[in-house]
Amino acid sequence: MAATKAPAARPLSPHLQIYKPMLTMMMSIVHRVSGFGLYFGTLLLAWWLIAAVSPSSYARFEWFAGSIIGRLILFGYTWALIHHMLGGIRHLIWDTGRGFGPSEREWLAAANLIGSIAITVLLWIFGLLAMGGPL
Amino acid sequence: MSDTPVKHIRTPLSRVRGLGAAHSGTGHFWRQRLTAVANIPLTIAAIVIFIMLLGRNQAAVAQILGSAPVAIIMLLFIASITMHMRIGMQVIIEDYVHDEIAKLVLIMANSFFTIAIALTSAYGILKLSFGL
Repeated sequence: MAATKAPAARPLSPHLQIYKPMLTMMMSIVHRVSGFGLYFGTLLLAWWLIAAVSPSSYARFEWFAGSIIGRLILFGYTWALIHHMLGGIRHLIWDTGRGFGPSEREWLAAANLIGSIAITVLLWIFGLLAMGGPL
Repeated sequence: MSDTPVKHIRTPLSRVRGLGAAHSGTGHFWRQRLTAVANIPLTIAAIVIFIMLLGRNQAAVAQILGSAPVAIIMLLFIASITMHMRIGMQVIIEDYVHDEIAKLVLIMANSFFTIAIALTSAYGILKLSFGL
């Protein structure tokens, strides 16, 4: 019986590592990743809502939300939420057949990123002021 | 009906059903857009509610979250986002998990998780509203 030869190494279709990273491509990836993060972030939302039922459980939630890790997670969650929402609006614009031109798509991607960072920072300034200070 | 020759091999019934190769048609596509549009005002409202509640004690938070307009907005928000994220996660699973059994298990787990989040959140809101 002749030994079967290993299959020849065939070229694969090009994937992510072959392309120069572009803004629109990165925004597409970030849209999916932010959606993935928001999915698990809803655990915090559910926790907050059932914790509000009693003072002791709410104190536990507030302790977590006020900790450094909690703050970091909430900051990331805020940004993911705003970024995913603006990205979603971009997708809805595309669904109407608009916004696919070379300059439009670059402009929309940049607006998505800058807008999400700006709104997140503004929301946190509002939030910290509402709490009466940065700590 | 017409005299034009048949140019495809799909049966007329299959064409009318419009379900395509995945047997589920465009239901997910449409519901993802529907919930996306609903998510925009509901998320903005939820953020406003959340900022309003920052720094308040539990009694005040419970009272405001349980008030009719806030509770209804939060219930709509929960319903819309959990429906949206269930479809979104299914797309991710279908894109990256090619083993048939693993894919089915994950799609089931996705349904369980999103429904559990929806009902747990709704339970919290309703309890605050009705004070049971």
